[in-house]
Amino acid sequence: MRMSARTLSTAVFGVALLMFSTACGPKKIKDPAPPPVQPTGNTGRIGEPTAPTTPGARITTFTAEPRTIERGQSATLRWAIANATDMTIDQNLGAVTATGSRQVFPSQTTTYTLTAVGPTGQDARSVTVEVATGPPPPPPDGNRGARLNGTEVLTREAQDVYFDYDKAEFRDDARQALAHNAEVLKRIFAADPRFNVVIEGHCDERGSAEYNLGLGDRRASAAKEYLVQLGVPADRLTTISYGKERPQCTDADEACYQKNRRAHLGPGR
Amino acid sequence: MKTKLIAFISCIGAFAVGALLLGQQQTDISSTISKKGGLPAIAVPDFRGAGEAQALMNGFNATVWDELQNSGRLKMVAKTFYPLDVPQQPADFKPPTVAPPLKRGDPQRTVRNGPWLTDWAGPPVSSNYLAFGYTAVQDGRLVLAGWLFNVAQPDVTSAQVLGRRYFGSLDADGAKKVAREFAADILQQFGGISLSGTKIYFVSDRTGTKEIWSMDYDGSNQKAFTNYKSTTSMPAVSADGKMLAFSTYLKRPGENLALPQVVVHSTETGRRIQFYNPVAPTNATPEFTPDGKHILFASSLGEIPMQIFMADTNGGNLQRISHVNAIEVSPKVNPKSGNEIVFISSAAGTEQLWRMNINGVDRERLTPGDGYVANPAWSPDGTKVAFCWTRGFAPGNYNIFIMDVVSKELVQLTHGAGRNENPTWAPDGVHLVFCSRRSGTDQIYTMLTDGSNVQRLTTTGNNTQPVWAKAIN
Repeated sequence: MRMSARTLSTAVFGVALLMFSTACGPKKIKDPAPPPVQPTGNTGRIGEPTAPTTPGARITTFTAEPRTIERGQSATLRWAIANATDMTIDQNLGAVTATGSRQVFPSQTTTYTLTAVGPTGQDARSVTVEVATGPPPPPPDGNRGARLNGTEVLTREAQDVYFDYDKAEFRDDARQALAHNAEVLKRIFAADPRFNVVIEGHCDERGSAEYNLGLGDRRASAAKEYLVQLGVPADRLTTISYGKERPQCTDADEACYQKNRRAHLGPGR
Repeated sequence: MKTKLIAFISCIGAFAVGALLLGQQQTDISSTISKKGGLPAIAVPDFRGAGEAQALMNGFNATVWDELQNSGRLKMVAKTFYPLDVPQQPADFKPPTVAPPLKRGDPQRTVRNGPWLTDWAGPPVSSNYLAFGYTAVQDGRLVLAGWLFNVAQPDVTSAQVLGRRYFGSLDADGAKKVAREFAADILQQFGGISLSGTKIYFVSDRTGTKEIWSMDYDGSNQKAFTNYKSTTSMPAVSADGKMLAFSTYLKRPGENLALPQVVVHSTETGRRIQFYNPVAPTNATPEFTPDGKHILFASSLGEIPMQIFMADTNGGNLQRISHVNAIEVSPKVNPKSGNEIVFISSAAGTEQLWRMNINGVDRERLTPGDGYVANPAWSPDGTKVAFCWTRGFAPGNYNIFIMDVVSKELVQLTHGAGRNENPTWAPDGVHLVFCSRRSGTDQIYTMLTDGSNVQRLTTTGNNTQPVWAKAIN
């Protein structure tokens, strides 16, 4: 179906009107807080000289988001600097441009100091990213009965999900197994709010160990995605790839290979 | 009845001819690639030892011979051709003298006075070089006096290429040590880079779990490097040989499930160097950049298919390098340029060999797309990549190939003898170490880069994924 010139121009006009109204609307209702005083001239982008009429480097913002992270997670440093020729962040981050951001992965609580040097003055600011130590261990399990029950139900009722060679896509039998498993999981999770499940991805021994780790990872995460779509809560499922490291059987024939190409549900802890 | 019999016989005949042709073809390939015509020939008669040293000489002679033969740089002249009169030191050489003819009119006679250079240069030995010498006991130590002579020279002084003394303990280890040092000095004359001091790290399950082990380049001195009692595999070594990275199933702080994580150790102290893994289901296949400052690895961070990432050696400054919706593993950085990666990707269907720049651009598939490809490894000069490929065979039946990355020219080194995987290059650029199931179990072998001189290094348990580390200075 083709759009006539007239409908097109009407649409363009409509979009322009919408943009205009949204751009102007809020201003009329309430004035925003005034921006921090900006020196005139440019803001010292790379390669451009700083305006000589406004000496004195100034750091307008320097933030870390989030301020507190877990080990292995990242925080983002953001900054804006005016009138500086030389801008560096310590902790080996080195020279930076006037405005920017950088992802950092500190392994312990770290203070980052941004130093900006201009023609006649300098400025420095610091932010600290707190790295939280691991969470405390969970309280002793007061409800072992229910937990054991979940494991039993899972072992008895959950079905392995089988795959074709070098594939992480589901066949019809795999979809049926997943639909069945979704119901089993919902039942277990409803009965025991602390029960978690690990989805293991496995491969047959023919591919390389390296690639199979990636393939098992894919099989496990595809199974997780499918279960979540069927209403299983994502936060109760974790995935792990065993590649070809934990075969069900070790014969070199297709019957055995098929047993090993699977996603398996096991109790989490 | 008769016709049936004839048909049967002719059928067998055709089969035999076919088998013969197949065999023929195999020999043709190997004979063209292992042509040694251009190599200098060397004669190495057995050395003898004075007194107590004689008991060590079998091991000594075998080591010198193997080291020289396995170098791929010399043509070894078979010992059966050697003259019986073998020199033990330069003073043993006695130039022939000229005597008047016995009968008038006859030409002048050459009178033999003892061993001489021409004994080795002329037929049937027809050697270019002669290695000779002896061992003895001095102050409770084994001493080797070893020489290398260019036998084409007219006199003893100009013939000497190498003459040195070597010292070792008075036991089998000492004999092996002096033999290797002597062989290394000889090989240095022919442009060889000595493998002495280099180490091979590999994965072995001989203790019940997969751990990283190390051994000398000839298979001696095998010992466990890790003791994680988990599944520990996929070792990679830094260019200077001082850092080892691998993947093992480890629990993160505060978690109960052991997931595949990249772990780094110092090879000098054996201690673990902290590497913070991204919080991903799988982190594996680590690789060092040539400057030793970064680690590349594959990660499923963000529940994506495993992709190539790069970080500092402590895990900081994490960057994602590849951005495709397909599994990508085994990144290997060009050791010369440091800015080019080969890796395995299933972006075009089955897993194939690809290359890209270290910033993730200029992606190019290097293998044509048939079969399954795994385990790329750069040659030390950064011009070739060894890898394994199922081309022409069923899935899982890998053979080892070498590709020139510029011309894309291929050489096949193994031909269906079991499952052959994980080739990596020796620092000398002429040896490969690899893993093969040709004996029924996975074992580690070395060969020359033309596929010849296959040597088995391991026997106990299953041994896989070897990497060859430079000697630490």
